Amino acid sequence: MIISIPKESYKGEKRVALTPESAAHIQKLGHTLRIEAGAGKAAEFSDADYTDAGVDVVKAGEIWSNTDLIMKVRGVTDEEADNVAAGTTLISFFWPAQNEALMKKLADAKVNVIAMDCVPRLSRSQKMDALSSMANIGGYRAIVEAANQFGRFFTGQVTAAGKVPPAKVMVIGAGVAGLAAIGAAKSMGAIVRAFDTRLEAKEQVESLGAEFLELEFEEDGSGEGGYAKTMSKEFIDAEMAMFREQCKEIDIIVTTALIPGRPAPELIMTDMVESMKSGSVIVDLAAEQGGNCKLSKADKIVTHKGVKIIGYTDLPSRLATQSSQLYSTNLRHMLTDLTPEKDGVININMEDEVIRGATAVHNGEVTWPAPAPKLSAAPAKPKEPPKMPEPAPEMSTATKAKMTFGAMGVALLALLSVGSVAPADFMSHFTVFVLACFIGYQVIWSVTASLHTPLMSVTNAISGIIVVGAILQISSSSGLVQFLAFIAILIASINIAGGFLVTQRMLKMFSK
Amino acid sequence: MSMGTISAAYIAAAVLFILSLSGLSNQESSKRGNWYGIIGMALAVFATIMNENVDSYGWLILAGVIGGTIGARLAAKVEMTQMPELIAILHSFVGMAAVLVGFASYFDPASNLYGAAETIHNVEVYLGVLIGAVTFTGSVVAFGKLNGKIGSKPLMLPMRHQLNIGMVVLWILIGWWFLGADHGDGTFPLVLMTLIAFAFGVHMVMAIGGADMPVVISMLNSYSGWAAAATGFMLSNDLLIVVGALVGSSGAILSYIMCRAMNRNFVSVIMGGFGTVSTSDDDDGEQGEAVAIQADEVAQLMGDASKVVIVPGYGMAVANAQHAVSDLTKQLREKGVDVQFAIHPVAGRMPGHMNVLLAEANVPYDIVLEMDEINDELSEVDVVVVIGANDIVNPAALENPNSPIAGMPVLEVWNAKTVIVSKRSMATGYAGVENPLFFKENTRMLFGDAKDSVDAIKGSL
Repeated sequence: MIISIPKESYKGEKRVALTPESAAHIQKLGHTLRIEAGAGKAAEFSDADYTDAGVDVVKAGEIWSNTDLIMKVRGVTDEEADNVAAGTTLISFFWPAQNEALMKKLADAKVNVIAMDCVPRLSRSQKMDALSSMANIGGYRAIVEAANQFGRFFTGQVTAAGKVPPAKVMVIGAGVAGLAAIGAAKSMGAIVRAFDTRLEAKEQVESLGAEFLELEFEEDGSGEGGYAKTMSKEFIDAEMAMFREQCKEIDIIVTTALIPGRPAPELIMTDMVESMKSGSVIVDLAAEQGGNCKLSKADKIVTHKGVKIIGYTDLPSRLATQSSQLYSTNLRHMLTDLTPEKDGVININMEDEVIRGATAVHNGEVTWPAPAPKLSAAPAKPKEPPKMPEPAPEMSTATKAKMTFGAMGVALLALLSVGSVAPADFMSHFTVFVLACFIGYQVIWSVTASLHTPLMSVTNAISGIIVVGAILQISSSSGLVQFLAFIAILIASINIAGGFLVTQRMLKMFSK
Repeated sequence: MSMGTISAAYIAAAVLFILSLSGLSNQESSKRGNWYGIIGMALAVFATIMNENVDSYGWLILAGVIGGTIGARLAAKVEMTQMPELIAILHSFVGMAAVLVGFASYFDPASNLYGAAETIHNVEVYLGVLIGAVTFTGSVVAFGKLNGKIGSKPLMLPMRHQLNIGMVVLWILIGWWFLGADHGDGTFPLVLMTLIAFAFGVHMVMAIGGADMPVVISMLNSYSGWAAAATGFMLSNDLLIVVGALVGSSGAILSYIMCRAMNRNFVSVIMGGFGTVSTSDDDDGEQGEAVAIQADEVAQLMGDASKVVIVPGYGMAVANAQHAVSDLTKQLREKGVDVQFAIHPVAGRMPGHMNVLLAEANVPYDIVLEMDEINDELSEVDVVVVIGANDIVNPAALENPNSPIAGMPVLEVWNAKTVIVSKRSMATGYAGVENPLFFKENTRMLFGDAKDSVDAIKGSL
């Protein structure tokens, strides 16, 4: 199949759907690649890089024709859609809910559309989850933008010129973007607090070293597909009260709260912004969907009473090289699934849950929305632990002591009864035996575990001491006894020589 | 040499043997320890030869030279991956020697014991031969299982517990018969008992599966010690008793350590047939999908990491990958990556097996750590690479109370940032338990033969 990558036409979009690195992988699937001249320039990939990777660089006018598949970052515009020939497959972000008319148009033109933003959130499809990879970059970049606007250090310092307190960062919504923001802020040295309605996020937040803000409220906001759901009014009130309290001391707020298919919830009200210190920064990652902060404006920085509110919607594009790399890897994985035979033939298999979910238009029909995936990416709720048999009641120390004494008593009695019948000779050997057992016990416990194998081989060697018995017997007058003793000496010598030598060999190998 | 001098030599030998074992408490003193053992043995053998009752020097030297040569050749040629087999076969020699010495002692016309002394001597002979015979066949079967001549699957005879109990009862009955027999008439019951003991040893080890071998080997080690001790009683030789007791308790402690490391009861291991009882964890439902990774990506991960921990298992020994792993470690350490090894007590087929393999491949022993030393630090590790291990890194042991391996202490590798599992396939480990580790979010599977995989990583590093 011929795959073409046009230059992004959207104003300010710097990303590109193909990097030279992923080109090599895609070519292994049997595809031929073409790219529009200059498509990678804004993401720091030159045309020469692509040529080196075996990609044909073609002129702007030629990229849309003679192709089987088109890969883009942003969806096609109305004009671009006219250029796409029937039977072509288009892979890009598409946002079908917002672009129903375009979707109809493409369906009529018999163009297949695979929307990267509709890839279902299954553990299997993580590798092609472009939303997550972009959100990750967005979260990181949000902190970079905030730091750029913030007039102070993130990390606390004690310098000759005075003490600098660390910045306090609050992240609302601990999804992929939120977690990336937490990680970035934390590694810059800030004190980070995070809030999420989904209780499962708590562990992830804490694993990054941030503090999880918890409401005294019994409600879990985990919705379908790993996203959050709308919460009850009481919950939102409690949440607001907490934010209001936090705003007074927080320097930087990053909001990432989104509920799928709905406008972003308004969480930071005007009065909260006003209660913040002058010079504070709010980064609203939901600005495109209306914003989590009442005052934020998409693609702008608004200053309200000294507080800067950043509403950029192109954060991933601002880190174009990185986001192009991740996005093209997501596309590469998508193509791998679409080309199961690695023979360069695309198979849109509507039985496959991931491909079905992402396909918005197929064979002239709108197939969006796909039936909801059944599984949440979140871990299943722990099942009630099965009833365990009642554990035996813990013995008290007194009972244990009694039992020890009891066992000792029995052993003593047994010893006495053996002693009463056995001859003195036996008892003296028995003494040696018992004492040797105790010495062995003490000595062996001090052997380091890494030398357990040499321990076994050296005990092998010294148990060859049985040769002593055989040596005494070999001079017997009976031929049979002599014969038995001969064999015994022979095999015991194998043990002695073999055991000691192999131990020596092993111990020599242990070196620092 | 007078009896007094000989006894003094024996005491010196016994002390040297004790020093030899205590020398193994750390790597520095261990080589000296081995020399103590060799000197002790030489002293004991020399003193015995000097005994005035010993005169068949020709036969004695012949047997010693033949045996010594065979032993030296074995020791020089054995591969470190085959150490468990060598240890097993050496155990069997001790067992056989105990049987032979026991018989010889019974037939020895020089013995002139009467009454209680004779009865006690006969009990000693009986027990010495019994333990020796069980050790012998048990070790031979263990040897066969370890080098693959016998399948490592447990052999489950019907009514096997009843069979074992039946043999024990027979031993007691035959024992009465043997003790009641007139002097010299006990040969038949003694031979009969030996045959039953041979069968018992075979049956006992046949019923135990491959990965329980660390316990079996330690147990046989212990038996070989008790056999030597029983021989010591039979010959009234304190040196033999001391050595037997040392070796016996050494093996017993090792078995105990191995059992504790698997959270299994010694008796249940010996009863055999692990994994055939109540594995009712089919309600696990969706496990998720394992994500594969390529060697070059692993190389990149490891190269960028600041701390890497490698967890080797039996699979590394099978693939003979220890040298490749050692080279990889060297490369990473030169790049400034902190590499350590984490060893689970039952990794491999014998206690300390992994340590010996890594030592052979020149991995410095101070970066090879025990499970207890490293488990708490795993959360600070960037990349954990599991090579050919399965059950010892299974989180189900801690998380799923229904799992057959529940409660077994495991290496908590999933706490690290990324876990790479090098494995041939998704097959379950010895315990036959699914390993949820493979489906964790931070786990990547590197499929293929351990050696090839490690070589590939090295290549792209």
